[in-house]
Amino acid sequence: MKRIAGLLLLVFVLAMGASASAEVIKIGVFEPMTGPNAAGGEMTVEGIELALELRGEVLGRKVEIIVVDNKSDKVEAANAVSRLIERENVVAIIGSYGSSLSMAAGDIVNKAKVPTVGCSPTNPLVTLNNPYYFRVCFIDPFQGTVMANYAVNELGAKTAAIIQDVTQDYSVGLSKYFVDAFRELTGDRNSIVEMSSYNTGDQDFTAQLTNVKNKMPDVVFAPGNYGESALLIRQARELGIDVPFLGGDTWEAPEFLTIGGVAVEGAVFSTHFTAEAPVTEESEVFLAAYREKFGREANAFAALGYDAYMLILDVIEKAGSADSQAIRDGLAATEGFVGATGVITLDENGDAVKSAVINQVDDGKFIYLTTVEPF
Amino acid sequence: MGDVSIFLQHMTNGVSLGSLYALIAIGYTMVYGILRLINFAHGDIFMLGVYLTYYGVTYTSLPWWLVFLLAPLLTGIIGILLERVAYKPLRGSARITILISAIGASFLLQNLGIVIFGGRPRAFPVPQMLNHVVRVGGVSINFVTFIIPAVTILLLLGLTYFTTKTKTGLAMRALSKDYETASLMGIDINRIISITFFMGSFLAAIGGILWGSRYPQLMPLMGSMPGLKSFIAAVVGGIGNITGAVIGGFILGLGEIMLVAFLPRLSGYRDAFAFVLLIIILLVKPSGLMGDKVTEKV
Repeated sequence: MKRIAGLLLLVFVLAMGASASAEVIKIGVFEPMTGPNAAGGEMTVEGIELALELRGEVLGRKVEIIVVDNKSDKVEAANAVSRLIERENVVAIIGSYGSSLSMAAGDIVNKAKVPTVGCSPTNPLVTLNNPYYFRVCFIDPFQGTVMANYAVNELGAKTAAIIQDVTQDYSVGLSKYFVDAFRELTGDRNSIVEMSSYNTGDQDFTAQLTNVKNKMPDVVFAPGNYGESALLIRQARELGIDVPFLGGDTWEAPEFLTIGGVAVEGAVFSTHFTAEAPVTEESEVFLAAYREKFGREANAFAALGYDAYMLILDVIEKAGSADSQAIRDGLAATEGFVGATGVITLDENGDAVKSAVINQVDDGKFIYLTTVEPF
Repeated sequence: MGDVSIFLQHMTNGVSLGSLYALIAIGYTMVYGILRLINFAHGDIFMLGVYLTYYGVTYTSLPWWLVFLLAPLLTGIIGILLERVAYKPLRGSARITILISAIGASFLLQNLGIVIFGGRPRAFPVPQMLNHVVRVGGVSINFVTFIIPAVTILLLLGLTYFTTKTKTGLAMRALSKDYETASLMGIDINRIISITFFMGSFLAAIGGILWGSRYPQLMPLMGSMPGLKSFIAAVVGGIGNITGAVIGGFILGLGEIMLVAFLPRLSGYRDAFAFVLLIIILLVKPSGLMGDKVTEKV
């Protein structure tokens, strides 16, 4: 009797589970919530959660997001997406801040055929040859060129030094594109006077910086994690390197300002979006909602998180289905989607072609300098 | 910049980093020397010390120098508690058991740190006084770079005096030779061990504060790499030997900087350098540069 009752209970629970999953649409999120990329992950998740609050339903079904921390670690990133796919049975995935983390997940989502939308991984390899990976941001060949243009045209730089984080595909890739563009713009093969490397987690950069100082470049391009970069610029200023420091979108974190202090004043970097220059009507909606929920101005990562979520919901609605394959096909055909960060059209690799924003640190804040349209 | 001033700048950078490793290694090696226990949680005690200082300076109106003194004292008390909870119940069990307990304590503190302090980094409030940059010729030296070796040497002298000249120090050394005989001689083992842990943790916190002043980025996992590096420094110098720890720290710091400075292509292998050094020392001279040959009494 007991056994039959137990069996009945089991059947009941299974049935409940099945009917619940038929109603709720599960979207997985894997982002770094701890470790050296934590600020980026948290900002992105804020945007996704805001989007969920504004639009928690599609096709008459509730949407649920499941956030898994990938701990800023490549192995953990692979584990995180496996967990989302196998245990949580998500129909689509959003993530991750950090190109290396996204690339670690790439093979898994491709094999499992679960469409994944990156918010801010900018390395081209994230989506290349992966029909299930998309992104709502621009990629590094563009970002690197934007910064090289800025260095040459705005700052009049003739020589540059590169300091890259060799453990981050983002940093290595972006540096390469900057170098290519800078050499072409200056017309001088020898315009990159120094190329040095460090690892994520390093705190001391004095040896690299002493070598850079010796070469006296006009600018230093040093894309990397906000924490390491802030320490690096601090140490550069202490060593008496007073040339401009340029970087990429990862510098946009409050920690860059607090850790860097006065040393990062004047630092210039490219990013995806700024609250100072809304680009679409959706930007205004997003900015107002963000202000109301968090009581401060939004950043680019929250905006990209918001766009990734809204894009997936838009695709589900248009396809009339929350089936993974239908979502993939819908994403691949994305054209003219109006997001907070701009109008998103995905190219054959699944990359968005969008304008870049250039920001500068001024008086302990990020201020907007200019917008660069895609070439 | 001339070649000489570049070299001097690299030397300064190396001494600065090396003296930080040395400072953390002192506490590591002291606890080992007396208790024969590798306290793998040392790096995480270091992290706690930095965070306590951060909260003290940021959220209380106390002057920074008072916080810089109080936080290590508080960290010392945490060290005593840690010993009571994680090591004391295992006293007398196999050494490997206590070692594993130490690794467990380390993970516990790291994850507690993530839960309590949050995963996002914080900026250490560096006092203006320590943040001056002095330029001598072409060489730039941060004021804190003068302070760190000075503190390290002072602590080294103080500790040497303490362990050789005071009664408690004598008791510590007796304990390091033989627990049972020491207790038969009327030494209160629990008290001495508590004092040892207090001092070890106090030193870790001092190291943490100076580390934070030099590299003002606080993260819950910030203690693990400096912890490992200073462990290596302690082993290189001869674990248990305080002077050896300082020498080991300088070798490691200078070695790392010189590797990156003169072989920039290998700068990605900077951490590997430390571990290779550890392996070489263990193969060639396992007792370390200053270590005495230990004969096991049967």
